[in-house]
Amino acid sequence: MRYVGQPIDRLDGVAKTTGAARFSAEYPYPNLAYAALVHATIARGRITRIDTGTARKTPGVLAVITHGNAPEMKPAPKPNQFDMSTLAAATSVNYLNTDEVYWNGQPVAVVVAETLDVAREAAYLIEVEYAEYPAAVDFAAEEGNARPQKSTMLSEADGRKGDAEAALADAPFALDLRYTTAQVNHNAIEPHSTTAYWDGDHLILHEGSQNVAWVRDHLAIRFDLPKQNVRVISPFVGGAFGGKSFVWPGTVLTALAAKVTGRPVRMMLTREGVFRTVGGRTPSIQRVAIGAQLDGSMTALIHTSVCQVGRTGGWSEQVTSVSRHLYDAANIQVQQNLVGMDLLANTIMRAPGESIGSFALEATVDELAYELGLDPIELRARNEPARNPLDGKAFSHRLLMECFEEGAKEFGWAGRPQEPGSMRDGRWLIGMGVAAAYHPAWRFPANLTVRLSDDGTVLIRCGLHEMGMGSATAVSQIAADALCVPMAAVTVAYGDTALPDTTTAGASSQTASVTASLLAACAKLDRAVFTLARKTPGSPLRGLRRADVTARDGGLYNGSRGESYHDILRRAGRASVEARVGADTRLGEIADQVRSMSKFLLDRRRWVKAACGAQFCEVLVDSDTGETRISRWLGVFDVGRVVNAKTAASQLRGGIVMGIGLALTEETLVDPRNGRIVNASLSEYHVPVHADIPVIDVRYLDDPDPTMPLGVVGIGEVGVTGVAGAVANAVFHATGKRIRDLPITLDKLL
Amino acid sequence: MKDFAYVSAPDVATAVRAITEPGAKFLGGGTNLVDLMRQNVERPDTVVDITRLPLDRVEELPDGRIRIGAMMRNSALAAHRLIRTRYPMLAQALLAGASGQLRNMATVGGNVLQRTRCPYFVDLAARCNKREPGSGCDAIGGFNRNAAIFGASESCVATHPSDMCVALAALDATIELESVRGVRRLPLVGFHALPGDAPQHETAIAADELITAIELPDLPVAARSRYRKVRDRASYAFALVSVAAALEVRDGVVTEARLALGGVASRPWRAHAAERALMGAPATEESFRRAADAELAGAVAQSQNAFKIELARRAVTATLRQLHLPGGAA
Amino acid sequence: MADIRMRVNGSIEKLDVEPRVSLLDALREHLGLTGTKKGCDQGACGACTVLADGERIVSCLALAVQYADRDITTIEGVTSPLQRSFVRHDGFQCGYCTSGQICSAVGMLTEHAAGAPSAVTGDLATMEIELTAEEIRERMSGNLCRCGAYNGIVAAIEEGIR
Repeated sequence: MRYVGQPIDRLDGVAKTTGAARFSAEYPYPNLAYAALVHATIARGRITRIDTGTARKTPGVLAVITHGNAPEMKPAPKPNQFDMSTLAAATSVNYLNTDEVYWNGQPVAVVVAETLDVAREAAYLIEVEYAEYPAAVDFAAEEGNARPQKSTMLSEADGRKGDAEAALADAPFALDLRYTTAQVNHNAIEPHSTTAYWDGDHLILHEGSQNVAWVRDHLAIRFDLPKQNVRVISPFVGGAFGGKSFVWPGTVLTALAAKVTGRPVRMMLTREGVFRTVGGRTPSIQRVAIGAQLDGSMTALIHTSVCQVGRTGGWSEQVTSVSRHLYDAANIQVQQNLVGMDLLANTIMRAPGESIGSFALEATVDELAYELGLDPIELRARNEPARNPLDGKAFSHRLLMECFEEGAKEFGWAGRPQEPGSMRDGRWLIGMGVAAAYHPAWRFPANLTVRLSDDGTVLIRCGLHEMGMGSATAVSQIAADALCVPMAAVTVAYGDTALPDTTTAGASSQTASVTASLLAACAKLDRAVFTLARKTPGSPLRGLRRADVTARDGGLYNGSRGESYHDILRRAGRASVEARVGADTRLGEIADQVRSMSKFLLDRRRWVKAACGAQFCEVLVDSDTGETRISRWLGVFDVGRVVNAKTAASQLRGGIVMGIGLALTEETLVDPRNGRIVNASLSEYHVPVHADIPVIDVRYLDDPDPTMPLGVVGIGEVGVTGVAGAVANAVFHATGKRIRDLPITLDKLL
Repeated sequence: MKDFAYVSAPDVATAVRAITEPGAKFLGGGTNLVDLMRQNVERPDTVVDITRLPLDRVEELPDGRIRIGAMMRNSALAAHRLIRTRYPMLAQALLAGASGQLRNMATVGGNVLQRTRCPYFVDLAARCNKREPGSGCDAIGGFNRNAAIFGASESCVATHPSDMCVALAALDATIELESVRGVRRLPLVGFHALPGDAPQHETAIAADELITAIELPDLPVAARSRYRKVRDRASYAFALVSVAAALEVRDGVVTEARLALGGVASRPWRAHAAERALMGAPATEESFRRAADAELAGAVAQSQNAFKIELARRAVTATLRQLHLPGGAA
Repeated sequence: MADIRMRVNGSIEKLDVEPRVSLLDALREHLGLTGTKKGCDQGACGACTVLADGERIVSCLALAVQYADRDITTIEGVTSPLQRSFVRHDGFQCGYCTSGQICSAVGMLTEHAAGAPSAVTGDLATMEIELTAEEIRERMSGNLCRCGAYNGIVAAIEEGIR
């Protein structure tokens, strides 16, 4: 392979460094109007009065839309595992079609105006009165009301092997610990933005999205349109991390505002608006208990969690998933619990579940190692399973201990004194910590077409998403290798529902999903072109079998006999040849979905697939103030085959940076008195800045997973897993203090 | 944001006349006021832009004092040679504040008049006596992790967010104010008010007054000074606690000490009790801790910020230690 | 409404804007220069960084009228080797903070060249400050990157000063 694996610059690099890349609020339309939201200020209740008089009279205001005058919209569909697009509804609320308030911040009015400033000013002038209902908004206080989470096809909420509680009670060594993690928010730097216009009964939307097909399908339902009447365009997405997977109120309401005014309407949420109308990662309360023999072998592993879901929706995180896979405990019990809250629906955020679950598990394993006087890596080695611990399924691929070995060597792990508080440089206490990273590998159906034109260029049309992963670059590399053409000959059209529905950009699955279809389409295309060549009179390939021919240098050849794609198509009088994966009829689509779902389930019965890795962290803790700085980081990963060495490393680093935020600085403060987010800004919600992040050394073993297309396992999320655990463990090594509550702010270390 | 009339004042006389209009507000770098206007915490009818006033120089006066024009940008002041060499704590305080971009915009006068960053102050849905007198205080019993530990009242627990002012307090700076009524000078220490039962009154400035200059005394001890800021991330965050300190030690005994704390009160907190405890004491860790204790004896915590008392104690001790033994071991 | 003129990326632009219109919105919505990004609209992320007479500022907290007759450079007007370095070192992922990072880096290098210190500068007296990675990180801390491309950004700037 000429391109796959290489550190190739992003194809959109010039566009992004010159300001040419257009995001969803940046499409010019004549007669464009601007929309702004009014947010509820109570947690639960009913609107009793809404005074829009002054707002309406404000010069430049085109419309004030409330539940009193909004056109009727269809309700969101009930979630149904067999039709994935029904999962697109972030909440079940029919915005502005109800006088009920379900969370503090819910939009209760939309103003549309000639300018942004007029829209926002008029929104300020609207007065709303409420009748308040009792509301459950204090997560800590609601813990006792948690109920077991239901398992779904995509996510198992419980699991049991043997009798873990009994084994724990009998174990010579036992730890039984409680952890808490704060709510955090994605805070992609691009606020959620929509530009919408109606062309008759067609709706066109520019929307930063991780799944354009879901947005289309969802809006088609809400506005009662055939889905081919909705087009969603999303070539660039300014960061997402899960926060742009589902359809949040701003999107629906911009489309509504455009419908009401008959104008193209743009709405970019304020940063506060993002906090108030786009869910974050649930807070959690976790219990991890481990029983072990004197030699460290685990006899019991219990991992339970309590998370919240909004009463109008919310993603159930697989918090305990890591404990199903990481350690070969003789008895295992995992159980996830949920408590319903009168809060905005929480949602998926980079490695939902594993990010916070790995913190609790990996901190406990570290604590056990210290209790037993074992090196934490040695303890992991002694419990490394040959098959999936919970159910004995085979691992498709697992080089976790190899990651630890390479990492330990590179990081200088063995040279550290194990005693906590034993390393110091001036006022700084130094500590080193390690943790396992783990994230399941997913693959979903993806449709696309590959077209070879008579000028030798290749066009791939697929509705994939680019939120910074370098998706189009990776796809071009794979296609160029598959068809043996120069990368410069390949163009990828993406981020548009006018293209074949591809897949969601989530669960680290997009590259693997697209790769499978892309390789299949390229193989089809190759056969079609060869067939064309051998049938065309005068072709040097006439009469040859495919096996006699190799693809190289943008053509098909048998030794020196053969010709370029350009010549093959010209000779045959064809402008292009196209291959397609995926049906283009509704019936075919359903058949495809059933086929892929059964294949998916079969695959899941056979294999446990995942990306994994070892996170090594060195922290400095100020001995006076408790300020914690990350001074060194090394992550060694087993992520199957790496398609692009440059962008892959960046994605893994990005995950680690987000993990550092989760570990040290980030916390969404929800007022327990009224469910209102108190720090709804980037000045008071602390995303890591440049000064927080040292050089992050990232390595990977580059060993393809034999069960995945091209051996690709997702890399978007594994980087964030294990990070908070490694940080907490390093903080312990530096200070002797175990902090079991994220984020580890300095007050906890004083 | 409400629409408003915009006046750009070419000179001080025009500015102080324009501000007498009802509902008029001075606009400096905009880094605080424009943000508050966008959040409707401030809704002026007229904005008097003072950034073009010729008040953007640092002058050394014949008696050795330094006069800083109020329109001087924070970054320019921090980079000024006189400030870097004679008042390093002031340069460090300025550089610890905000970001490079904001320091290029923010004026010295505006920095003095910064509003609190208490999250309830900027949320119109919350109760706040400072924003809406008599409405109550949601920070009390709410999120008050970064609230005041000195001088708070039952009506307000907010802190003043400025770093620069902490250094200015330690340096005994003077503020020059001008209005159509004339010019007056006030010491910076005491310029910012404690909340009492009227937290809406934040400073001693009158509604028609313009800050025209800040003056620093000729203060040799300031050459041996430093500013230490403790916060929730490594940069670009407001202080949990900060310390501005200057220390003169002769023969192992403290002969002069200047100390002020930030992030702990509605004003930059000049630590007079600690200074008294330091004077004449041996320059030891023990004395530094005692000085911190003397100041913090009067500290009172809210429900979430008791840690700030201990943090302040440690930050003061550490800052004095580092001043006394620069580069020395902990 | 106020009629103002402003030099933007070298050409004189006439703007008829209300005083409340930010420089950021004037650039994006009135002049169509959407390369400058809005991330928070309150000076807390740096995505809207532009150069005003060569100095980096956040355009969201600047009123357009305040910058009448000034010389504004946005990413569309930047021609810096840093842009290639950002691509080479993968100093971005989604690209949304990138314009601000690049404009900020250009302004930061000018400040450094003029001898301006930072919060991590050890010796404030010197005007010749070595631009270490630590210095770059501190000076660039006003530009958030949620994708976490910080390493690549610092590497790109380091390459730029070599």
